[in-house]
Amino acid sequence: MTAIYDHESKSLTAQEQEWVDQFMDDTTLFLGPDPEIMRDHSITARTQFEEECIAKGIDPLQVDRIRKRLAGALDEGYEMCEAMGAAPGAKWGDLTTAIYTASGDVTYLSCHGVIAFSAILHHPIRYIMKYWKDEPTVGIHPGDGFIHNDARFGNVHNTDQSMIMPVMRDGRIIAWVAATIHEGENGACEPGGMPSGSETPFDDGLRMSPFKILERGELRRDLVTFLQHSVRDPKLQLADLKVKIGAVQRIMERVDKTIDEVGVDAFVAALRITVEDVEEEVRRRIRELPDGTVHFNQFMDSTLKENILIKFSCKVTVKGDKMTIDLRGTGPEILNRAINSPLCSVKSMFMQAILAFWWPDLPRCTSAMSPIEIISDEHTWADAGYDAPMGQSLQASFRGFSALQSSWAKLQFANPEKFSNVIAPWFNQINTFLWGGLTQHGDQVGNLCADLNGMPGGAKAFLDGEDAVSPLFCAMADTAEQEVMEEEVPFMQLVSKRLVRDNMGFGKHTGGMGYEMIVASEGTPLWGFMTVTSGAKFSSVYGMFGGYGCGTYPLARVKGINVYDVLRQDPSRFDLSIEKVMNDQPFEGGRYTTSHMGMQFDVAKDGELYMMSQGAGGGYGDVLERDPLAVVKDVELNRITDRVAREIFAVAYDPTTFVLDVEGTKELRSQVRSTRLERGKPYAEFVREFVTPEPPKDLPYYGSWGDDTDELTATVFDIDGPQRVTAPISQMPIIMLPDRRDLKVAELEARVRELEEKHGEDVRRKS
Amino acid sequence: MTEYLLIDLDTERWLCRVCDNDFGDANGNYKEGTLVYDRDPREIHQPIIDPEKYEFTFSPDPAYCRILEFYCPGCATQIETEYVPPGHPPTVDMLWDIASLRAQWEQRATDPMVAITYGPGEDVQRHTHTPPQTPISR
Repeated sequence: MTAIYDHESKSLTAQEQEWVDQFMDDTTLFLGPDPEIMRDHSITARTQFEEECIAKGIDPLQVDRIRKRLAGALDEGYEMCEAMGAAPGAKWGDLTTAIYTASGDVTYLSCHGVIAFSAILHHPIRYIMKYWKDEPTVGIHPGDGFIHNDARFGNVHNTDQSMIMPVMRDGRIIAWVAATIHEGENGACEPGGMPSGSETPFDDGLRMSPFKILERGELRRDLVTFLQHSVRDPKLQLADLKVKIGAVQRIMERVDKTIDEVGVDAFVAALRITVEDVEEEVRRRIRELPDGTVHFNQFMDSTLKENILIKFSCKVTVKGDKMTIDLRGTGPEILNRAINSPLCSVKSMFMQAILAFWWPDLPRCTSAMSPIEIISDEHTWADAGYDAPMGQSLQASFRGFSALQSSWAKLQFANPEKFSNVIAPWFNQINTFLWGGLTQHGDQVGNLCADLNGMPGGAKAFLDGEDAVSPLFCAMADTAEQEVMEEEVPFMQLVSKRLVRDNMGFGKHTGGMGYEMIVASEGTPLWGFMTVTSGAKFSSVYGMFGGYGCGTYPLARVKGINVYDVLRQDPSRFDLSIEKVMNDQPFEGGRYTTSHMGMQFDVAKDGELYMMSQGAGGGYGDVLERDPLAVVKDVELNRITDRVAREIFAVAYDPTTFVLDVEGTKELRSQVRSTRLERGKPYAEFVREFVTPEPPKDLPYYGSWGDDTDELTATVFDIDGPQRVTAPISQMPIIMLPDRRDLKVAELEARVRELEEKHGEDVRRKS
Repeated sequence: MTEYLLIDLDTERWLCRVCDNDFGDANGNYKEGTLVYDRDPREIHQPIIDPEKYEFTFSPDPAYCRILEFYCPGCATQIETEYVPPGHPPTVDMLWDIASLRAQWEQRATDPMVAITYGPGEDVQRHTHTPPQTPISR
């Protein structure tokens, strides 16, 4: 945090100002993220050169041909990264390739891959252009390549590493090409690159501001060595640097051929016109929406170290061709927890919703969000400051995605012109195991399972959501073959991709279901798992138009056993599910525990069980409107229990033949409707009874309480324990949470004193 | 405007698409015309592992999370749900500019009641309030 004191200002003469500027230029300590670049998500104005190129005439057919050539080139580069990438994320498609204008606006992204990058990589390119282009010790030359990962300089999160190279003609930069891969391991305080345990920004691992690592086509060995030395997986670091360079160089070859064919002017004009066309089309589409405001609140239940509630507020207002997204009311940053996100990362997930769920037909350009104004208070957890840890920034940024994806159903419902379906909330959590340690081959590694990509889809207005279909950030990502992974890492998924019964968002159309995973390591001197997920006490996604959201998800563990020994002795005991293992406790001597899903690196001994489940998509519409036959079919397929069929969907059937009882169902549903009318209270009366002036006393809460206030409520901790503060964000004290082990010790000490008093023991202590 | 709500642009009222119940002024919050119930989330998201043995069971914690169910007072259709902390005010989730909405539809010169579509191809036909096809019954 930087304290700012307002001294009485005194205006300077032009000469004095020049001296001050000169002094500041000469004595800059270091160049951090530039707020002028980082707060701006709009496209730049046309450059003089772009003006000149466009003035020479635009042939729409030629522009279209250039776009298609570029799309082909980018897809080729994408496939190279996917096929050759060493990072698990690359193999599953968690990457992108893109081409940019000279100013850094994304013109086109590969068809597959992570769309969110179209709202993020203009930041580092603008930084390079502003600070390194004319810097004598850096400069930009043909064949140069810049690497970057720090989200403070513009990234989804710090696991993603980019290779950014200029396209130059006659000494002029006319475009940029880049490849970005979710590399995973980055030297953070825990393996895998997105630590839930980071408490300072220095726990987040590599903090690469954009710097040149490739000089005129030659990789700088000294810098590569520094990077390899800074991470747990030096092979991965080197291999994927080369993969990205190879992919970008291949794209550049295609770009060169296109330029040779059409000329520089037509090429530059095509890039610029594409960006401008998208911006104009977005304005037109906003104009077609009804004027008004849609408000969507989300509550997250974890810092990944302890359970709290922190709010993500999002109000989308449309007026004419203007759209405003207002995040005020969102909870404050927590300065020693990993869940904070820079605003640029949240914006990238806004873009993910816009280009994947609003207008998926548009070219993936920076300009798709240009016409949208975003209002946000710095130092909230969705707009964190420079000093906040951001190891698990996806916690806030994925809420950004959900805010726009969910609001869209209401914004577009009445629109006759639709470019996508009305869809209930997509699952939005990272329910997967991260892992790290020494492999069976003696390599030190750290990364994650592809089950992250098995997010279930939300129900549609006319169809059930898809089970475990794709992550919100990448429609074409793969959930991978676990057997392939087992060649490289010393653990097995004893249960993989088996759907968990009742794990769906109930509704007229049900949200997609998620599956469970049970892992256990073996044959390694050091191995451990982590989880980085919230949503164990408060559902992560909600329903749409009367449907319900997902349930909540525990982390379940059985420690102190070796399941492999048990199964080798008696293979018939290989019948595992979270439900069976935790309820029946079949392994003698095991310690069976549940916890929330923020687990920091936990050393796993051979054969200890770690279990979790993927989430579920939100349901759509009233459960009583669900086709009863679909309910009975779900029971027959063991997707839902008899209890859910009868109690939630109010369907009667014969449990032995699975034949629907039509009259019985009508009667059941009629009873439920009568009950609703009896128990439902008129809104005003309900609000009088339900609403409280502040959150429940013992609930650590962060964010506005209600929506008609400019103040935030926060639980802060001082020497007397938790205190509640209500203040505008500008007056909010720094929020740091106590170490949960200290709290536990204090709790146990208090209990000891209580027992001593009860039993009359006289114990003297010194402090 | 939603699966269960429409705005009558002539009368400027929120109406139920199932039973025509009047929820109130379309310039305001439709929720004010609903019946609301504070649902214990454990009744909907039932535990999968034993709540007697474990703290985390697949069910939301009712001390953290409540489900507000909004019913139409006419037909008892559950038109909306909301997940909130206990005591948090319900969200005013939609406020529309009715004059602008009317002007928009006048400019389109189409009937909103027939213009709304929900998906491609035959799926459009599937989305109606007509009764489902006769099921297999005993």
